[in-house]
Amino acid sequence: MPVITVLEAIRDAMREEMRKDERVFVMGEDIGARGGVFLATDGFLSEFGEERVIDTPLAESSIAGIALGSAMSGLRPIAEIEFADFIWPTINQIVGEASKVRYGTEGKLQAPMVLRAPQGGGVRGALYHSQSVEALFAHTPGLKVVTPSTPYDAKGLLKASIRDDDPVIFLEHKRTYRLVKGMVPEEEYTIPIGKADIKQSGDDLSIITYGLMVHHCLEAAQLAASKNISVEILDLRTVRPLDVESIIGTVEKTGKVLIVYEDNQALGIGSEVSALISEHAFEYLDAPVVRLGGPEVPAMPFSPPLENMFMIDTEKISTAINKLAEY
Amino acid sequence: MAKNTKAQSNKEIQNDQLLDMYSEMVLCRTLDERIWMLNRQGKAAIVASSQGHEAGQIGSVAALRKGYDQCYIYYRDLAVLLTLGLTPAEIIKGFVAKEGEPLSGARQFPTHGAHPEYGVINLSNVIATHIPQAVGAALTAKMKKEDRVIVAYFGDGASSAGDCHEAMNFAAIHKLPIIFFCENNGYAISVPLSKQMAVDSVASRAEGYGMPGIEIDGCDIVTVYETTVEAVSRARAGLGPTLIEANVERYLPHTSDDDDSIYRSAEEIEEAKKRDPLQLLSKQLFELNILDEKEDNAIRENAKNIVNMATEEAENAPYPETTDFHKHVYSE
Repeated sequence: MPVITVLEAIRDAMREEMRKDERVFVMGEDIGARGGVFLATDGFLSEFGEERVIDTPLAESSIAGIALGSAMSGLRPIAEIEFADFIWPTINQIVGEASKVRYGTEGKLQAPMVLRAPQGGGVRGALYHSQSVEALFAHTPGLKVVTPSTPYDAKGLLKASIRDDDPVIFLEHKRTYRLVKGMVPEEEYTIPIGKADIKQSGDDLSIITYGLMVHHCLEAAQLAASKNISVEILDLRTVRPLDVESIIGTVEKTGKVLIVYEDNQALGIGSEVSALISEHAFEYLDAPVVRLGGPEVPAMPFSPPLENMFMIDTEKISTAINKLAEY
Repeated sequence: MAKNTKAQSNKEIQNDQLLDMYSEMVLCRTLDERIWMLNRQGKAAIVASSQGHEAGQIGSVAALRKGYDQCYIYYRDLAVLLTLGLTPAEIIKGFVAKEGEPLSGARQFPTHGAHPEYGVINLSNVIATHIPQAVGAALTAKMKKEDRVIVAYFGDGASSAGDCHEAMNFAAIHKLPIIFFCENNGYAISVPLSKQMAVDSVASRAEGYGMPGIEIDGCDIVTVYETTVEAVSRARAGLGPTLIEANVERYLPHTSDDDDSIYRSAEEIEEAKKRDPLQLLSKQLFELNILDEKEDNAIRENAKNIVNMATEEAENAPYPETTDFHKHVYSE
């Protein structure tokens, strides 16, 4: 099995789906000759041509709106937003419109589109190249929101997203792009949207997390193991729909839960996960649910000590594990 | 292309076609008046009247291949829906929110939702959001190498939105088969044109995108038809989009919840009624000896009967069951 990066997994997923299905095409800023600012579509223009690899003007609302119109009329667009920080002009077309296509036409139309965006911080990206945007989209029924952590997951989930009949917001943590490598089978596979994955099995406490944080949690769990604390790590993989069954399952097993996410903590994905646990698994809890999320500032600052204040790292997670284990 | 240029017609309109358009217009006006009355009777929660817009809508739809070309419409396009094939009963069911409403199952405001069979989509109440979506449909037609034409209908109000600009720019770059059909009635709810733009026409903006922009009398159905025919043939031939600005009138307030006496004088509306598309067409037909008083009365009587029956059917229909409330959020 070849070892590839998250970025290569994403590129492979799109390329394979475009080879397989004529209806699939990519559109976005700098995705043609440039191959995307992160090179996610490197080589696509020469392989698929200008008709299916569309360099758009710098106008995000219409990138989403035109993708939506093409999806409603029978194509399967993959629209790239260059950085998730530039995704806000698409909110009207995605949260306002795409989410309601099926419901608002009583199922007569559907919007099988993928909106991809690199997100997240820890890359000296400052306020406008570090944001996490999953919670804003995950609030709305009708949308699906996918946040992969590994090359294997990214490839299988992106292929599933492209084949999905509903609008999918696919958020790739840009720090994982080249940093995270992993084995990916050469044969065809997809991963179902809405299924969480136990990245590490354990008995003493559970960490529920997703995206880049999965890797920090795995490191912290190693440190905890040396102190004889056995940590289970549940990677949500999809934040809408949430895999409620797997969330309850891990709580029943360990009785202690730490939820780790880089996005602003308040009213975030962890808030919903915490509420679900108290509604469905309260009697299994041996300690209050703990959230470790982004602070109450609107975005991640530029200067390293300031960025570090915002970013969740292995050390902060270790501290939270130790405290919870002692409870 | 300069504004105020009347397109040269490559298709003469036939007399019987003109008479059909007149019947459609009479039916639409009768239906619109009835729906407004249903609102005043407390039976229809919200109405946006098409009175004064009919020639623009009926004349442009007549230039399309019905059921093949696609119309992305907005809330004031009653005549588009009717001309494409929705029945008066189906339309009134939308206004009284009853079962059997075919566009959204009465989930949406009246006239909203979609009817793929007739190629009509009216997804949203958010002004201008449908214009990029229409461009997306035109992109599909081009990529699938179909000679389908898309028409995006919108008001002068929508022409101010960023989405309108982004959509027109993209369509012109890629020479997409789309017609931007602006029904300019001079008001964005209460805000007059002079406070919406500093130029004198929406069509004049087309030059900035690199496509033809044509300003026409939207109350003159023949001009509307001929101009749209020309734009359709450009689009089908792969020559790209056209912006048509049809100057129409709005005889009633923005919606049934609006009071236009606050911002419009009665004299202004009276003056506008001199351009009533229904009267203009009727006069034209009488002059051409295509219509006489007897036939005119028969057409009006027939429209009244159709609307009466449709009203009865819609009023007697049940409300939708709540059993399907959760359906169609995701694919099942």
